[in-house]
Amino acid sequence: MTFQERPLDRDASSVGAAGGRDTVPTPTSNSVAVHLNGLRRRFGGVQALDNLDLEMAPGELIALLGPSGCGKTTALRVLAGLEDADSGRVLVGGKDITELPANRRDMGMVFQAYSLFPHLTALQNVEFGLGLRRVRSAQRRERAGAMLDLVGIGTHADRYPHQLSGGQQQRVALARALAIQPQVLLLDEPLSALDAKVRVQLRDEIRRIQLEVGTTTLFVTHDQEEALAVADRVGVMRAGRLEQLGPPDEVYQRPSTAFVADFVGLSNRLPGTVSGDRVEVLGTALPLVPGAASGIGSGAVNALVRPEAVDLAVDPDGRGRVLAASFLGPTSRVSVAMPDETMVVAQVASALLPELAPGTAVRIELRPVPVVVEAA
Amino acid sequence: MTTVAHQPDAAPVDQHRDPVPASAKWRAGWRRGRQLTGVVPFFAFIVVFLVIPTLVVAVGAFGSNDGRPTLDNLSALGDGYIVDAFVRSILLSAVTAVIGAILGALLAYALVTAKPDGILRRLVTSACGVLAQFGGVMLAFAFIATIGLSGFVTLFLKDQLGIDLYSGGVWLFDLPGLMLVYTYFQIPLMVIVFLPALDGIRPQWREATESLGGSTWQYWRRVAMPLLAPAFLGSTLLLFANAFSAYATAAALVSQGSPIVPLQIRSALTSEVVLGQQNLGKAMALGMVVVVAVVMWLYAYLQKRTSRWLG
Repeated sequence: MTFQERPLDRDASSVGAAGGRDTVPTPTSNSVAVHLNGLRRRFGGVQALDNLDLEMAPGELIALLGPSGCGKTTALRVLAGLEDADSGRVLVGGKDITELPANRRDMGMVFQAYSLFPHLTALQNVEFGLGLRRVRSAQRRERAGAMLDLVGIGTHADRYPHQLSGGQQQRVALARALAIQPQVLLLDEPLSALDAKVRVQLRDEIRRIQLEVGTTTLFVTHDQEEALAVADRVGVMRAGRLEQLGPPDEVYQRPSTAFVADFVGLSNRLPGTVSGDRVEVLGTALPLVPGAASGIGSGAVNALVRPEAVDLAVDPDGRGRVLAASFLGPTSRVSVAMPDETMVVAQVASALLPELAPGTAVRIELRPVPVVVEAA
Repeated sequence: MTTVAHQPDAAPVDQHRDPVPASAKWRAGWRRGRQLTGVVPFFAFIVVFLVIPTLVVAVGAFGSNDGRPTLDNLSALGDGYIVDAFVRSILLSAVTAVIGAILGALLAYALVTAKPDGILRRLVTSACGVLAQFGGVMLAFAFIATIGLSGFVTLFLKDQLGIDLYSGGVWLFDLPGLMLVYTYFQIPLMVIVFLPALDGIRPQWREATESLGGSTWQYWRRVAMPLLAPAFLGSTLLLFANAFSAYATAAALVSQGSPIVPLQIRSALTSEVVLGQQNLGKAMALGMVVVVAVVMWLYAYLQKRTSRWLG
C-alpha cells in the first residue's frame, strides 16, 4: 500500500473505539496488528529475550515496563528490524516480516534522544521520510506541516534541532515518525531525557496524539508511572520474559507475581500465614490474588501490601509507633514500626500529617484488597 | 484541535535589583585577574613568536633596503619565478591535502567502526599522533634511505626485480617527491582532526533513516555526508595550510633549486649570489600569511558549523 492510498486523517470514532481507555482492545485471532512469537535473543552470556510472546490489537498502545536489562528495548528493536532475533517470528498485520530489513518494515520510531538530523530544520526532518517515499514536494510540505501542528510545534517549523528544547525535539521526532503513517509506532524511552514537568506534559500529548491517529504503538519505558498513565495494556518484563500483561489497573491492583507487585508501585513485605485462599497479615485476613500462592502452599509467607491499602488511626493503645513521614503533596507516606520490628508504610492524606508526629501511637488496619505472597 | 506549545520557563525579571557593592566588584575583578595570570605565558609566547614576527614581515614587505617605504617588493611577487613558486606550493599543498584527506578519512572511518576502546583504535591513533609530527630532516632521511637513489628498496627493486624507480628522472627531489613525502604526514594528521567528527555521528541517525525507509546509500547521501562535509572540507583546509607552511622537510630533501615558496624565501634571505633581497623574502612571507589566513578563516567557519551539528 502506498502512502497516498492511506489517508492521513482517520475517523475519530473508529480511533476511539480502537484505542480509548473505555474499551481496552484485546487482540483476537483475526484482529492482531503485531505478533511477536517466541522471540529469543542472547547477547554473550545474557539472555535478553527468552521466548517472548506478545500480541497487540490494532490501535492499541502497549507499554513494556521493566528494570534495565530486562529485554524491553531489545524486543522493540527486534520489532523495528534494528536487531535480529536468534529465533522466533515477527508478524505485522498477519504478514511475517522477520526477515525484512528495517527500512522495509513501515514502522515509525522515536528514540530516547538526539535522533533528529541536526542539519535539517524541524519541517525538513518531518519531510525526510516522505521524501524517501517520493511524495511530491508540495504534498510533503503540507503533510509535514500538519504533523507539526498535530504535535503542537507548527510555529517552530523553521528551527534547527539545536534551537529547540529537549521536549520540542521529541515532539518533532514524534511528528517525523507519524508523518510516514507507519503501521506501528515504536517509542523507545522517548521521555527519559526530559525534565519532570515536560515529561508529564509530553506523556499526555503522546497519548492524545496516539488516540487521534490510532496507530498501534509499542512504548518502552522504565518509568512505571509513565507506563500506567499512557498504556491500554502494560507488559512487565523480567529477564527477557513477560511477567504480566494487562490493563494498568489490573497490573497495579492484582499483580500476578511478587516481582510485579514489587516493581510496579511500592509494597510492604509483611509476614503472614496462608490458609486456603486467604492470608492473615497483622490480624487481618486478606484475599489472595488467584494463583498467587501456587507453589508456596500453606504456612508462613511474606505478603506484599500496597501503602494505600494500609489505614492508620491515632490510638493511644495502638501497637504501632510513627517513625517518620514523607510529604508527597496531596498524600504523604508514613513509616510505622511494629513491636516485632516489622516496618509498615502507609499512604495517608497529607491533611492528617499534623496528627502523626514521630512517636505517635497508631492502630493499623489493612483493607481487604487481593495481595500476592512470596515464600518467607 | 488543541495545540500545546512548550515554552521554556522565563526567568523572573528583578526590576529592583540592589546595586552591587564596590567590595564585591573588586573581589570579582581580583578573581578574574588571578584566573588570567595562568595564561600570561601563553600570550607572551604568542606576542614574541607570532605577533612581532608577523609585524616585522608586514612592515619589511613595504620597506626598501635603506628603510624607505616602497611597493617594489610586492610588485616583485608578480615575477615569473615567484608566481611559479606560489603555483607549485599551492599545487603541492592542494594535492597532498586532498590525497591525505581521502585516505585519512577512510582510515578514520575504519577506526570508528572498530571497538571504541579496542587495541586497534588506541594503537592507530597513537601512531597517527606521532607520525603527524614526523616531518623535517628525519622524514626526508627516511625516504632517502628507503626510496632514494641508493635506498634499499630502490636497490632491491632494481637488482632483484629489474624495476628502476628513477627511469623517468630523479623525481624524489622535485615536486612529485615532495608530494609523496608530504602525504606521509598528511594522512595521520587527517585521522587526528577528522576522527572527532566521525565520532560525533550518532547511531540513532542511521537507525532513524532506516526506520523511515532509507537505505544505507540514502543514509550516507542525505544524512552522514551533509553532516560530515563541513568537517571534511575544514580538515582538508587544515591539511592544505599544514603543507603550505611546511619548510624543513622540503629544505632537507631539495638541495638544488627552490621549487616552492618557503625555499624561495630561504634563498632570498640567505643567498650569497644575489644580495639585499631580505625584504622580498618578507613580501613572499606576507603572501603566505595572507593565503594561510584565508584558509584558516574558512577552516574556523566550517569548524563552527560542524561543532553545532556534531558537538
